[in-house]
Amino acid sequence: MHNEHSDTHFQSRIDNGEHIEAKDYMPEGYRKHLIRQMSQHAHSEVIGMQPEGNWITRAPSLRAKQILLAKIQDEGGHGLYLYSAVETLGVSRAELIEQLQTGKAKYSSIFNYPALNWADIGAIGWLVDGAAIVNQVSLQRTSYGPYSRAMVRICKEESFHQRQGYEIMTTMMRGTKDQQAMAQDAMNRWWWPALMMFGPHDSDSPRSGDAVKWKIKRETNDELRQKFIDKTIPQAELIGLTIPDKNFKLDEKTGHYTLSPINWEEFHRVVAGHGPCNKQRLDHHIKYHQEGAWVREAAEAYKVKTAKKELVTA
Amino acid sequence: MATDTQLDLWEVFIQSKSGLPYIHSGSVHASDVKMAMQNARDIYTRRGEGTSIWVVPAKHISASNPDDNDMLFDPSNDKIYRHPTFYVMPEGAKNI
Repeated sequence: MHNEHSDTHFQSRIDNGEHIEAKDYMPEGYRKHLIRQMSQHAHSEVIGMQPEGNWITRAPSLRAKQILLAKIQDEGGHGLYLYSAVETLGVSRAELIEQLQTGKAKYSSIFNYPALNWADIGAIGWLVDGAAIVNQVSLQRTSYGPYSRAMVRICKEESFHQRQGYEIMTTMMRGTKDQQAMAQDAMNRWWWPALMMFGPHDSDSPRSGDAVKWKIKRETNDELRQKFIDKTIPQAELIGLTIPDKNFKLDEKTGHYTLSPINWEEFHRVVAGHGPCNKQRLDHHIKYHQEGAWVREAAEAYKVKTAKKELVTA
Repeated sequence: MATDTQLDLWEVFIQSKSGLPYIHSGSVHASDVKMAMQNARDIYTRRGEGTSIWVVPAKHISASNPDDNDMLFDPSNDKIYRHPTFYVMPEGAKNI
């Protein structure tokens, strides 16, 4: 339903700094954009459990194992906050999962890279969660109320994720030569993909315009990426990690770091499905979703049974 | 003869400021959603307390039992590694 008057009124509410709630009028394009962005966000939380889940049985201590379990449990919870928030827009969980499994909906490309050794768990927490936090802190002010509130809750929980990652990296950098080399190797492999998490440059980001106009996004891809770069480089240097970029330097005038160009060819290749783990991640999701079908069926059967019982007692 | 009841009970949730969570404010009696909304507005937002109201039939709210509190809420207290302050950051680390 398109309504010129309503759309103008909607935009004036947005410009006025108001939030939009599920039952409020919203243009179809706004709803569609939110469904796409929020479901991609939810899928990323859930698919992101896989590279880390790979290390639960091999965590180097009971302490590390408990922490990793708690972190992965959080990611599952974050997926649920977000799925529920998307459902307020009138789309069902089943549809969202189908879109993920058929490749119609995307998830963050970063999770198509493998976690090869324990240092990767440190790099994921520090860099991947670190990049996600920069994005999510900004999204706390997004114009859609349920999304904004989910982000506030998620940000509160994420800071432990990043700190546990940085603690792993710090511990390894204070360890043996081999441990230091492992940490640096993980840094080398995760640095560039983490920078790509913010998406294409603003000049190449076709949907950014609407998202900024509607205040779904409060800062652009490049602005967020720069924030992440500026706070992360000093953290790397503090513990003795080298930035895998010969050309990076601090611009004294602006106070911002500048880097070599990002390899967007790699980004587009991974988004298109040709990363190291794309197939593995989706196959795994589909397999366990199918194997869990009996649980959902049992719950449905139980629902029918209790409804009958209530009918009798009523 | 019409039955003289006090109508149904509805729970009222008010959002105090745009974007914030809806918080339980109290209850009203009403015969339908329209009356519930009107009563909620009259009773709970006379001094600019809200930007938005949700009303929900009280019978549709399920609450946890306080006797279960130990079982429900204790586990979060003994897993201190869920809190960021559990982790020791190297001296001089910023923005983390």
